[in-house]
Amino acid sequence: MTSANARFVIGIDVGGTFTDLFFLDRTTGTVTTGKLPSTVADQSIGLVDGISRELDDFSDIATIVHGTTVGTNALLERKGTRTGLITTAGFEDVLEMRRRDRPHTWGLRGGYEPVIPRNLRIGVGGRVLANGSIETPLDEAAVSDAARRLLDAGCEGLCISFINSYANPEQERRAAELVREFWPNDHITVAADILPEIREFERLSTATLNAYLQPRMAHYLNQLAARTHDRGGDSDILIVQSNGGVMSIDAASAQPVRTALSGPAAGVIAASHIGQSAGFENVITCDMGGTSFDVSVIADGKTALAAQTSIDFGMVVRTPMIEITTIGAGGGSIAWIDGAGLLQIGPQSAGSDPGPVCYGLGNDQPTVTDANLLLGRINADRPIGGKLDRLDVEAASAAIKTVIAEPLGIDVMDAAEAVIQVANARMAGAIRIVSIERGHDPAKFAAMPFGGGGALHIGALIREVGLNTGLVPRYPGVTSALGCVIADMRHDTVRTVNMPLASVDEAQLGSWIDDLYAASSARIASGSETFDNLEEAIEADMLYAGQTHTVQVRLGGRADLTRTRLAAAFAGAYRTQIGAPLEGIPVRLVNLRLAVIARRDKLDLSVMAPVDGCSTAAARTGTRQIYADAQWQTAGIYDRLALGVGERVTGPALLEQADTTIFVDPGLFGEVDAFGNLRIERAD
Amino acid sequence: MNKASGPSGGTGISPVQLAVLRGRLEQIADEMDATLFRSAFNPIIAEAHDASHGLYDAETGETLVQGKEGLPIFVGVMAFAVRYVIDLTRDDPPKDGDVYIFNDPYEGGTHLSDFKLVRPLFRNGKVFCYLASVGHWHDVAGNVPGNYNPAATESFQEGVHIPPVKLFGAGVRQDDILSILRTNSRLPLSVYGDLNAQVSALDLGHGRLNALLDEYGDDTISAVFAELRARAHLQMQAHISALPDGDVAATDYLDNDGIKDEALPIAVDVHVDGERMVLDFSRSAAQCAGPVNISRSTAIAACYVALKHLFPDVPANAGVLDPVEIIIPDQSLLSATAPKPVGGYTETILRIIDVIFTAIGKLDPSRALANAYGTINALSLAGHRDDGSRWVMFSFFGGGHGGHSDGDGLSHGNAPISMATIPPLEILESAYPVAFRRWSLRPDSGGAGQHRGGLGAVYEVEVLANGADGFFFGERGRHAPQPVGAGKPAALNRFSYRADKQDDTAPETPPMTSKQVGIKLQRGGSVRLETPGGGGYGDPLLRAPAAVAADVRLGYVSTEVARTMYGVALGADGAVDDAGTAALRADMRPETSGQE
Repeated sequence: MTSANARFVIGIDVGGTFTDLFFLDRTTGTVTTGKLPSTVADQSIGLVDGISRELDDFSDIATIVHGTTVGTNALLERKGTRTGLITTAGFEDVLEMRRRDRPHTWGLRGGYEPVIPRNLRIGVGGRVLANGSIETPLDEAAVSDAARRLLDAGCEGLCISFINSYANPEQERRAAELVREFWPNDHITVAADILPEIREFERLSTATLNAYLQPRMAHYLNQLAARTHDRGGDSDILIVQSNGGVMSIDAASAQPVRTALSGPAAGVIAASHIGQSAGFENVITCDMGGTSFDVSVIADGKTALAAQTSIDFGMVVRTPMIEITTIGAGGGSIAWIDGAGLLQIGPQSAGSDPGPVCYGLGNDQPTVTDANLLLGRINADRPIGGKLDRLDVEAASAAIKTVIAEPLGIDVMDAAEAVIQVANARMAGAIRIVSIERGHDPAKFAAMPFGGGGALHIGALIREVGLNTGLVPRYPGVTSALGCVIADMRHDTVRTVNMPLASVDEAQLGSWIDDLYAASSARIASGSETFDNLEEAIEADMLYAGQTHTVQVRLGGRADLTRTRLAAAFAGAYRTQIGAPLEGIPVRLVNLRLAVIARRDKLDLSVMAPVDGCSTAAARTGTRQIYADAQWQTAGIYDRLALGVGERVTGPALLEQADTTIFVDPGLFGEVDAFGNLRIERAD
Repeated sequence: MNKASGPSGGTGISPVQLAVLRGRLEQIADEMDATLFRSAFNPIIAEAHDASHGLYDAETGETLVQGKEGLPIFVGVMAFAVRYVIDLTRDDPPKDGDVYIFNDPYEGGTHLSDFKLVRPLFRNGKVFCYLASVGHWHDVAGNVPGNYNPAATESFQEGVHIPPVKLFGAGVRQDDILSILRTNSRLPLSVYGDLNAQVSALDLGHGRLNALLDEYGDDTISAVFAELRARAHLQMQAHISALPDGDVAATDYLDNDGIKDEALPIAVDVHVDGERMVLDFSRSAAQCAGPVNISRSTAIAACYVALKHLFPDVPANAGVLDPVEIIIPDQSLLSATAPKPVGGYTETILRIIDVIFTAIGKLDPSRALANAYGTINALSLAGHRDDGSRWVMFSFFGGGHGGHSDGDGLSHGNAPISMATIPPLEILESAYPVAFRRWSLRPDSGGAGQHRGGLGAVYEVEVLANGADGFFFGERGRHAPQPVGAGKPAALNRFSYRADKQDDTAPETPPMTSKQVGIKLQRGGSVRLETPGGGGYGDPLLRAPAAVAADVRLGYVSTEVARTMYGVALGADGAVDDAGTAALRADMRPETSGQE
């Protein structure tokens, strides 16, 4: 690989609607952005098109870093490959039985269809006990026979998952070895290799979803590599993982389940870097899409990771992921009055097709976007996204009047403002969950919107939750693509220990960490880039004997990994996360987790600052009547990208740019910082 | 506090403020739930979420706001628990910083395992409202570890009784009370841990609600409480009005009370007239000797749960029951008084929910849910490890949900009264000397129907230690979960065991079918549980033959049942035999009935 010295690093985020590109020219230090519609059938077509709009010669590309929704969509739409399961006899249904839950607290409706149907799940003899001992040897003939039956049934992918394999993976590995002799492809997932952690359903679900995605993801990544190669490129291609780190194509092909939240994770990484550059170690990201509002917290410069998430009911993925809290309140969320006469927003959404009433594509239920339009916060003549020429204000007004204003007995403008207030309240609730509920003081946080819709609501949110600042990046629409450019290489591993801390052997502890390190660094080395300095972060999941939920204990590096230090770190973490530590109860070490991180070069964000920025007065393009605080007011309209560094705009004001509109509420002001961000704060 | 005078509320609160503050208040209750789940010691709370939190009226104890993740049955029952504290403290009013603790099952509802903590929140020297936390403790003494004692004839055999006493007096923990609680459990550390976690949850709720009151003012929040209640009342009335007027009845049975092998009827007569509904349980059994009695407060809470499932959009507060009259005579199985045993209350309330579902299904099939599996199946295995240490494995097991107007029932769901998840078998195997031999779906256990009932499960677990005592408390061993319309009932519950590892003898079953104490198991002995699915919805002959063929291919339904229940004939390749199916179905349809 010779491209490491080439000019461009390109970040590419492919979402459901748009493909966003972010080009960093390393020789000049300049950046360029691009946006084009996604090619849904094969994302790599739009991706390569997007690059060629800016570059003729693909050999100028050093690295392509890609945030992808191929995995997410395949899971949500159940469009993975036909996959079989070989598991311990008697436990074939664990995947379908889940943890004996249900989709909704009330109603007893709703079903569940596992990604591997019952007739493609085959049990074989062999049993490992909880202590790792082998009670019954593996029935090797049955394994081969099961695999042949699954092949005959048309399976392309295969998952092998046995009970207690976290404690001893020998039988799983032996089974895989047997099957590999004749399985026609590499798409075999061994559960303990994906997640050697106690809890059979969570491990099986994660491994199964991996197997289900593997052929499709491998095919896609091959296509992508081939398409760039055809254009003369031989760049490194890296894929963003749900944990916010990137991995090689080979690693992504083997463990595609780690890409389940690839796109949003890249956005959070960008937000963290933008925030830190602008002087904010504490940031809450707000991504408002058509159907949902996603928030994530960055505290002291660190992104919060969740150990597990559900992609959909019963589709559990347990690998570290950027913790994203989602509520069903996006621009397309429908406003309605429930049977008790309460104004509600969502979870039903008009999405982007048919979309809000004002799109004129057939929906007649008012949405958040319709309310924003009516209130003057969206320019009817300049719809974002470029799909439509004009938005239909009259239709939006009529819908809000019939559905909201008349039942509540209020004026239509007040009804529109009520819709926004209730939507804001729901979004504020999501922010409270990740801030106040986690013990963070909101006054120390900046809220950063990305995606198209969030910047209209950011002012209201900082007021409602008591946040310090709103920080709108220069190009909110391409934040995830920017995140791709700066994300670090990362690989996470876990080992279940599950023993009293007092009986953990310290030398053994060190050798476990060595094993995890070897596995992770091998994954990182599977890309063509080489890294001199690998960082490691060790965490332990610990609890008091008798508890079942563990506390996440950060241990930093491997120096001084003693029982005493673990005990002290646990007590500290318990105090922060739960409350006063308990006396006289033994502590258990359940899991050891290791993240190995290879830092990639960081982009100097001062290149984002406007170069020939003009004064506030010169950037003013006109005025518009807006409705806020129950009255009509005149808001200045500004060309956001024209504003120079240090320029200040007083609310009410609307700042327009191609990929978003920013609303500075009355009582707030916005100021352009040295990185091109708009800082929004209270005027008092 | 302001009280709603009627459905209109008339509190002057704006619709926007109402929507905003409802969210804030629910978030406080949800956060209390989350705090307890995260830090509880016993898996019944931590994993199974057998706990609940809410805010309750200062004068009546009625539910104001309830967390969404806790156990649904507690939503209704905690109001009675708070009311009990209010009544008992009339002469000695609570002080700021007091926390009452108790487990009285008659006034406070449910059973002795559920410890309730009640804390007043003071504003300007007066009680503004109560916060309460309830959680199911792992062991509270009594004859049976884990406290599901099917042989109890007095509640004294079920566990320790604690009347409302102050765990905290004006903010100071009373360690003598703590000491009594710890002493009266086989698992004192677990009790201590859970109690601490419940106290933390109340602390958190207290702080959050105070902050909200400071922000918005006490009067505004009072007005929101009143308005939410009025609106739940209104919405419930609207749902009842949409039902056809008339009288319907449903009767179902508990297998027995564990003492006397005699079926116990649970019957409801439903009367709907405009926007009022009467649920009359007068035809139900009288209170019995064994532990399937429930107190009146528990019965009313069960009605609340059933109605919330049928009308899930109504806000969770006391207003749900305002337009509903519930008639339960004294001395009924559903209004038991001390010291009648109540440990198996889950079975009885599940049957109350079943008969309400069945009755409403007769009135309006479009609303209908067929019965879910209808038993909690409490299994306790206890003994000593080879190193002499004591172990108690206690868990509840799952089954199928009923077919419903929108589709098939969910397989292996949790009980309607609960959002409990089942502990992973790997966690159980790592904590106790047991090995599971089977953990699978149970074919043919879902009731046949146009929309099939979900499947129950088969669990089999072997003892790896030197002997264990088994205790089992279930139901539906003789009376199957009921369908809607022409659907079919689900399979019966079946419990069996082998005292030791002999595979050539037939397994034993309890003489009372679904309940037994003191089963002696040797090393290698095992118990097996086959749980019911859910009832079917609508005529199985209306189920698409292709859907039946798919059920057979996936092993949910046997070829035989496809033929005898659904009238679907399949070829050797598993595809539908159209001619054979038409012939079977023609034979099975009664002359008089055509298409539904």
